[in-house]
Amino acid sequence: MEAAVETTRVERGTKASRIFVFVALPVLVALATMPWWSDSGNVRLVGEMAYYLALAQLWNLLAGYAGLVSVGQQAYVGLGGYALFYLTGPMNMNVYLAILLAGPFAGLMAIPISFAVFRLRGAYFAVGTWVVSEVVGLLASLFAVLGAGSGMSLTPAILRQISPDRDTRSMILYLGSLGISVFVFAVVYLLLRSRHGLALTAIRDSEPASASLGVNTFRTKFIVYLATAACTGLIGALIFLQKLRISPEAGFSINDWTVVVIFMVVIGGIGTLEGPFIGMLIFIVLRELLADYGSIYLMLLGAIAIVVMLKAPFGIWGWIIQRYDLQLFPVGRRLVLTPPAQPTQK
Amino acid sequence: MDWINILIQGGLLGGFYALFAIGLSMSFGIMRLVNIAHGDLIVLAAYVGLVVTERTGLDPFLSMILVAPIMFALGYVLQRGLLNQTLTGGLLPPLLVTFGISIIIQNGLLEVFGAYDHRLEEGAIETASLHLPGGLSIGVFPLVVFAVAVLSIASLQLLFYRTRLGRAFRAVSDDADTAELMGIDNRKLYAYALGIAMVFTAIAGVLFGIRTIFAPSAGPIRLILAFEAVIIGGLGNMWGTLIGGIVLGLAQAIGAALDPNWQILAGHLAFLAILIVRPNGLFPRTRD
Repeated sequence: MEAAVETTRVERGTKASRIFVFVALPVLVALATMPWWSDSGNVRLVGEMAYYLALAQLWNLLAGYAGLVSVGQQAYVGLGGYALFYLTGPMNMNVYLAILLAGPFAGLMAIPISFAVFRLRGAYFAVGTWVVSEVVGLLASLFAVLGAGSGMSLTPAILRQISPDRDTRSMILYLGSLGISVFVFAVVYLLLRSRHGLALTAIRDSEPASASLGVNTFRTKFIVYLATAACTGLIGALIFLQKLRISPEAGFSINDWTVVVIFMVVIGGIGTLEGPFIGMLIFIVLRELLADYGSIYLMLLGAIAIVVMLKAPFGIWGWIIQRYDLQLFPVGRRLVLTPPAQPTQK
Repeated sequence: MDWINILIQGGLLGGFYALFAIGLSMSFGIMRLVNIAHGDLIVLAAYVGLVVTERTGLDPFLSMILVAPIMFALGYVLQRGLLNQTLTGGLLPPLLVTFGISIIIQNGLLEVFGAYDHRLEEGAIETASLHLPGGLSIGVFPLVVFAVAVLSIASLQLLFYRTRLGRAFRAVSDDADTAELMGIDNRKLYAYALGIAMVFTAIAGVLFGIRTIFAPSAGPIRLILAFEAVIIGGLGNMWGTLIGGIVLGLAQAIGAALDPNWQILAGHLAFLAILIVRPNGLFPRTRD
């Protein structure tokens, strides 16, 4: 007779994650069809939420997993935006092709930049990335072909390339932001579930320990930095396609493209995939409620960031995990013990 | 002769940047605090100077007698009440909290004083200049600022190397845990450190207000310049910070002489070039 042994199996999904799929899919379908059933103000707001979420997921991957606390991601937003305006304007390129090239261009620029900033650690890295993006912004303001300090505009002819009809155009732009958000989320999620994700999670928890266990920390971080830069550049192109104008100040704004995003990630919960969602929702809700109060609203945002950091250093989602062990987007593996089977009668 | 003039102006400008950087150098060197609000605190000090001169009729130079203790108290309270709680969890907590403080100061100043430019009026000294042989002329005010920077650093060196408090600062900077085992109350010491750092921030803020117009949004660029001076000079080295400021000032002056648009850019590029060659700055004294 065989001995009764406990059997184990490795599980990735959680009960919550399986239920969540049934909630998330209809929501996604509803959002994708939004131009047909909602008014243009709401559609624009959701479009904005979508690209903020994408930026937040990317910064979360960078800082929360790869340990690269960059405060210079606005460099890639601006580079992507400027690539779009330069290629469609002076270079007369088709707008769709230009959008597709904006991401790879930002990724390409990240290679020389990474040679400089990857020599730096911690706070030095943070300051270094900020200075680099200031440099890129200042360089953009020196070139007459880029409109120097006053920037560039998209001509109506370029907009007509997207679609001659105004409503169709805003629908395409909306679906574009939603699409990039889903795309970025899928990239981050699949990356974290892959072999590299295990390496990234290990680096997040302890860089020296993961290095001593054979993780090539430099290569992993380098790949993440380039991928993040390329995706951020693509988002930058889409953002400024909707804004119709770009200037060095707007394109390379640390407040608009990095500080706000850091707030979202940290308030929501850094190093989790759920956190950026929550942080983005809180940010947008606060802004919609309080935007009329201008500077008071921003002071409140600052105060919330301080309180969350002091009271719940792992953000709102981190606080929830501590209490309820809830995972909507499981990236880890868990061991499930099955009790021994009852011996069968012969 | 032109180039000598440019180098002299650049060097003096460097004294100004060093003065911006002293407070940051102290808090960065002693508690590894990446204080994103540093630039806004300089601007805040300028506004405090504005209120003091308007209310009391004091001359801006003399207003420091009141501005400095106010900023000391603010620094002590900030460190004791908020920042001490962020120092154990890596880079992000202090970064985020000081980002929050920065936004609160900027928008608070905007609420109270509006977005207009303000200025501290010091009178004739602002435009006075010394004429040297060879057609050189040196502004008196930049010279005073440079002297203040040198005196500030010298007095801090005395504090660090000649007093009990300074010895405790150095001990905590080298190894906070061991220092605590030896009976130092780190939290209180950090509060004193930020308080003293803010005294120098107060001096920098008032001189900044005399030198140029200022508005609530003037903080971040001061922060970046201060950071660059600190990092070029090396962590924990006050004279290094002065040299860092001078390097920055010289690079900017040379850049501006080639093309006025290149001034800030040249400073940033010099900073990046130095960091690529020496990632810990020129003369680091403390390990990160």
